[in-house]
Amino acid sequence: MTQSVWHASGYNAAQIRELAIFFGLLLTAIFLIVEVVALLVLRRRHRGIQQEPLEASHQPGSGTESKLRTVVGISTAVTVLILFGLTILSVSVGKAVTASVAPAGSLKVEVTGKQWWWAVRYASDDASRVLLTANEIHIPVGRPIAMKGEAEDVIHSFWVPSLQGKRDLIPGRTTQEWLQASQPGEYRGQCAEFCGLQHAHMAFWVIAEPADQFQAWFDHQLQPAVEPTDEETQRGRAIFLRSACSLCHAIRGTDAAAQVGPDLTHFGSRRTIAAGTLPNNKGNLAGWIADPQTIKPGTHMATVAIQSAEMQPLIDYLESLK
Amino acid sequence: MRYIAVGCCLLTLIACKREVREVRPSPAVSGILGDAGAESALRPAGEMAHQNIVNPYEGNAYAISEGQRLFNWYNCSGCHANGGGGIGPPLIKKDQRDWIYGGEPSNIFDTIMKGRPNGMPTWGAKIPEYQVWQIVTYVRSLSRLEPKSATPARSDTLEQKTSTIRPDEKGAAH
Repeated sequence: MTQSVWHASGYNAAQIRELAIFFGLLLTAIFLIVEVVALLVLRRRHRGIQQEPLEASHQPGSGTESKLRTVVGISTAVTVLILFGLTILSVSVGKAVTASVAPAGSLKVEVTGKQWWWAVRYASDDASRVLLTANEIHIPVGRPIAMKGEAEDVIHSFWVPSLQGKRDLIPGRTTQEWLQASQPGEYRGQCAEFCGLQHAHMAFWVIAEPADQFQAWFDHQLQPAVEPTDEETQRGRAIFLRSACSLCHAIRGTDAAAQVGPDLTHFGSRRTIAAGTLPNNKGNLAGWIADPQTIKPGTHMATVAIQSAEMQPLIDYLESLK
Repeated sequence: MRYIAVGCCLLTLIACKREVREVRPSPAVSGILGDAGAESALRPAGEMAHQNIVNPYEGNAYAISEGQRLFNWYNCSGCHANGGGGIGPPLIKKDQRDWIYGGEPSNIFDTIMKGRPNGMPTWGAKIPEYQVWQIVTYVRSLSRLEPKSATPARSDTLEQKTSTIRPDEKGAAH
């Protein structure tokens, strides 16, 4: 449950963190040295004025002049060398973490940034193993993930601080990178490029879990939606299919197949709704369906006229889609 | 005098519907009750009184761009393409009389809500009414029937050239 560059859990994030720590320590040390020297000089100067007039100490004596020149020369050279070294370090780490060619055998995941949510597609050569989901990316720990990023409308940026660096997603262009989680955990990600009204509410979760747990999750997600068993949820499904919901959302196993909004086939299994905006529970869901514009002003989720008697069956049905 | 001038300038801002962004729509006027659209002025036993159904988004730039997005999202473009037509008839009209079921906002609203013979589905109860009005505004903007101040200077797709619109000479649809 974390979103922090200091809590690095992947190769890329660890590289970035180490670089940041090294920069921070080195530059703090240099800053302190400069401050200490400056203070010493101030104190000496003060004493000097008391002893003799300023002009007296600045006689063109050849000794002091050449000593001064040496000190300034050496300091300049050291500064240049340090800056040069840091540049090389920064560029090489930058190159390492933005390498776009993933190792063989990596899991292929495609992420599309949309206003204001994330479509996730697990690619596979076998068409029956292709999975569409949204706002929640499960990955196996220790296995490299080959990420393909696209944007549908405007520029977004994919950023999971604990796993990798920011990666811009640009309309009409496919960006590639790879990432890997070294330990299980739930890592929060966030759009990192201002993309409109609800940019701040465009979050997602990356859930890294052991390989067998991931496989179980994946196989379950491939299944069509569970059939409603009781009368209430059956009514809920009928309401979903007859109202405007089905015009944007897909639930595999029903007639709803639209790809405009997030796929809801296993909606009940997700941790959050509205792209990481609210915890997923019945109360929040009812609020979100009844009045999305109050929760995310400007969102493209339509305000659908659901009658109050229809709300309970509808949210019961959606939450039953585990 | 100066205050009056400033006041007048501010007043024009209030009157400007172009920039209103109503993200949380109030329930729109329902047009489907009692055939409000009145496709044709021709009626047995004289003319029928035209019901005054107003498009709440007329001249609103935000509604036009939202309508354009929805036009593609809801796959209107699947039949009507970008207004040029395909399986369905073109929506860019040369003449007011080219509208089969009328080109007034209320007519187009009715067409979308109720559907039409030979393939136009009924979208009522599927698309929220405020979004239907946004699509209506966009569809009208294709034929330059929305104020020029609200329509994009250069359209993304096809567009009607102003010079080719002929006035509604014989009052066919209006």
